[in-house]
Amino acid sequence: MHAPIASGPVHAATVSWLFLIPLFPLLGAAINALAGAAIQKRWGKRANHAIAIGAMVLSCVVAEIAFWTMMSRPAEGRFFENTVWTMWQSGGLIVNLGFFLDPLSMTMTMIVTHVSMVIHVYSVGYMAEEPAYWRFFFWLNLFVFSMLLLVMGSNFAAMFFGWEGVGLCSWGLIGHWYQDLEKAKAAMKAFVVNRIGDFGFIVGLFILFWSLSGVWANDRYVPERGLSGHVKGTVSDAPRVAPGGVKLGPTLDFRELRNQVADESTGMAERLRGMSLWGIPVLALIGIFMFIGATGKSAQIPLYVWLPDAMAGPTPVSALIHAATMVTAGVYLVARLNFIYALSPHAMTVVAVTGAVTALFSATIGFFQYDIKKVLAYSTVSQLGFMFIGVGVGAYWAGIYHLMTHAFFKACLFLGSGSVIMACHHEQDMRKMGGLAKYTPITRWTYLVACITIAGFPIASGFYSKDEILWKAWTAQGLAVPGIGQVIYVIGAIAALGTSFYMFRSYYMTFSGEYRGNQGHGGDHHDDAHGHHGGEPHESPRTMTWVLIALAAASVLASFVGLPMAWTGKAPLFEHWLEPALPAQARVPFAHASHATEYLFQGIGVGVALLGWLVARLLYKDGKSAIPARLKAFFAVEWAIVYNKYYIDEIYDATVVRGSVALGRIAYWIDQNIIDGLVNFFGWLGRSVGYIDAAIDKYVVDGAVNAVADATIGGGRVLRRVQSGQINTYLFGALGGAIVFVIVQYVIR
Amino acid sequence: MLSIGLPHFLVVGAALFALGIVTVVTRRNAVGILMGVELILNAANVNFVAFNHYVDPARLTGQVFSIFVIVLAAAEAAVGLAIVLAIYQTFRTIDVAETDLLRE
Repeated sequence: MHAPIASGPVHAATVSWLFLIPLFPLLGAAINALAGAAIQKRWGKRANHAIAIGAMVLSCVVAEIAFWTMMSRPAEGRFFENTVWTMWQSGGLIVNLGFFLDPLSMTMTMIVTHVSMVIHVYSVGYMAEEPAYWRFFFWLNLFVFSMLLLVMGSNFAAMFFGWEGVGLCSWGLIGHWYQDLEKAKAAMKAFVVNRIGDFGFIVGLFILFWSLSGVWANDRYVPERGLSGHVKGTVSDAPRVAPGGVKLGPTLDFRELRNQVADESTGMAERLRGMSLWGIPVLALIGIFMFIGATGKSAQIPLYVWLPDAMAGPTPVSALIHAATMVTAGVYLVARLNFIYALSPHAMTVVAVTGAVTALFSATIGFFQYDIKKVLAYSTVSQLGFMFIGVGVGAYWAGIYHLMTHAFFKACLFLGSGSVIMACHHEQDMRKMGGLAKYTPITRWTYLVACITIAGFPIASGFYSKDEILWKAWTAQGLAVPGIGQVIYVIGAIAALGTSFYMFRSYYMTFSGEYRGNQGHGGDHHDDAHGHHGGEPHESPRTMTWVLIALAAASVLASFVGLPMAWTGKAPLFEHWLEPALPAQARVPFAHASHATEYLFQGIGVGVALLGWLVARLLYKDGKSAIPARLKAFFAVEWAIVYNKYYIDEIYDATVVRGSVALGRIAYWIDQNIIDGLVNFFGWLGRSVGYIDAAIDKYVVDGAVNAVADATIGGGRVLRRVQSGQINTYLFGALGGAIVFVIVQYVIR
Repeated sequence: MLSIGLPHFLVVGAALFALGIVTVVTRRNAVGILMGVELILNAANVNFVAFNHYVDPARLTGQVFSIFVIVLAAAEAAVGLAIVLAIYQTFRTIDVAETDLLRE
């Protein structure tokens, strides 16, 4: 291997304009949110998309400048930081709103800004007849902002805002046509399932934060159990700086975290390895909980169910959010925390095995779907599985490389499918397509290029990324179970075979043979006025086809950064580029194998791709073969199980959904009968006491008061006679009184 | 031989007082009532003088007091008669039984 760099502490250069990259989409979103409807009415839709695309262009330009600035620096200087302001400070913990670019987040930023920009352009054509045009572009811009916050955030807090923001935007965009109940439901499902994953993320983050807490004792940083002690010990009482000058202790900042964990000399990695929580190694817990967050966002088993339903959104959304960017956030998270995952073979194994199982499982579901977008959705889940195999076995760069190539070819496929859907007047069922090669040549060729890429033929980038992942899986030695890498390889190879098969199936069903759309037309497309229903299919406008060509070209050209070492004798450019950001990359052990073995495995990779292609061609080319129908009849039960997605949605519905609803009902019953009963009882008690109190007040207190008043009135009535006005009488009275007084004096004396 | 002593004077004073009280209480004529008041005051004067003479003849305290009372009586008679005149102008009578405006 080449010299491992940046395993020590890294220092970031301050680059004060990084915040501009996410700022422009935010501004665009703000304008379209606040004034979009008025703008659309006053100046037409052109103004709306001019704002959104303008924001994206500016963002891209700044990202490009950042990229080329980074390229001009030496590897150890490729860390840019931009602190905008401090969000909160608590003791020694400082959380900034800050942006951090290293080669990893730079890659993500470039993918997000550029793919987003072309998809914005594509949307101009695709959404041209949409009444709520401004709302669509508002959500799209806001999504780009959130995604950039996610990938560029310098700490977990900023990242988490982005993480939640993309979930929110995903909800808003899947439910763009919210008048349709099914689509509104799909949006809700995506949001709720994502929330489950986010809970895992939060728990993982808390455990990580907790496990970093400690005190300085005997010249070592020792763990301190529980957070109460940590709160006591503030900044002043312990110099929490390792001899190398690295700040130790709980932090949310990625760079600080990396410096203390990735650098062995701080002792933090050693310490974390020794810690456990509830008898489980704390690193495995962190890794697995974080990975639960990743499964939610990146649609892995068991939380993948929302992604196929998310296809209810407009196709550009499916391409951008549910293929190229948002769903890769989980992969990015694992790669970002590579130095944590690399310390825990258990967490790595969980990630890799989940990825492999998901890759195969969803590939098989993709076999028999008829909805072109559903095929691509399951394909996405499957490809994300490949990425997780990559980051799981420790080949972080390969996972990210596949992420990048997938962003290109899957965006191309989705946008191609969008073009097809438009060509067929909002028909998504491949049984009603066919023969489109004649009508939509550009879409056909770009779709074919993307199919070749994803299937894994060595003329396009998909081969290099997928093959590298599988090769690394075969040679992986960092996993908890010996031999599991080979099992993952076999599962992955079968999934790759399936990928080739279902992609070429969709290609042949869509583009070869005769157009079948005119027979019994009238599917469940949404009813916007598309003008010429039932007519000939037509090629899409140029804004859309140019985007397809650009993405197809990118799918092919991305090969050059990933040519394997066996061919060139050097590490792939992309690996070299990412190296500073992946300190754990050099530390994960892989078996050394000869180049001949590697060639053999590459041969197998091409072989399965060819096999998948040939089978698909045999069965589906021109739609003439009768074999599929016969096979379907023969394996009717198995076919039904796979076609119905293994009834996973139904199983979830019967268990989780119904369980939740039942729990809600029980809680409602308890609320109604026990809580309300108690409350009512106390209410009744209070009311009874009130009645008694009122009675006492009325009859006893008021009675006494009235009696006194009555006595006074009676006394007055009697005594008023004394007041006769006769002076003699008064004098008699005075005299009598005096006499009585004298007598009394005598008697008492 | 029975000499005249303090008790005799006191009996005269008491008799005068009793007559005055009876006059005041029984008379309905306002002027009559004023005359009764004079009797009562003079009963007090008798007592003052008698006590002064028999108890502390060296000093003239009682005599001085009786002079005060006489002055007071004169003033009182003047004020009283003025009131009687006022009553007469209001009620056209000086019968105290008729002038019962303070009743109840």
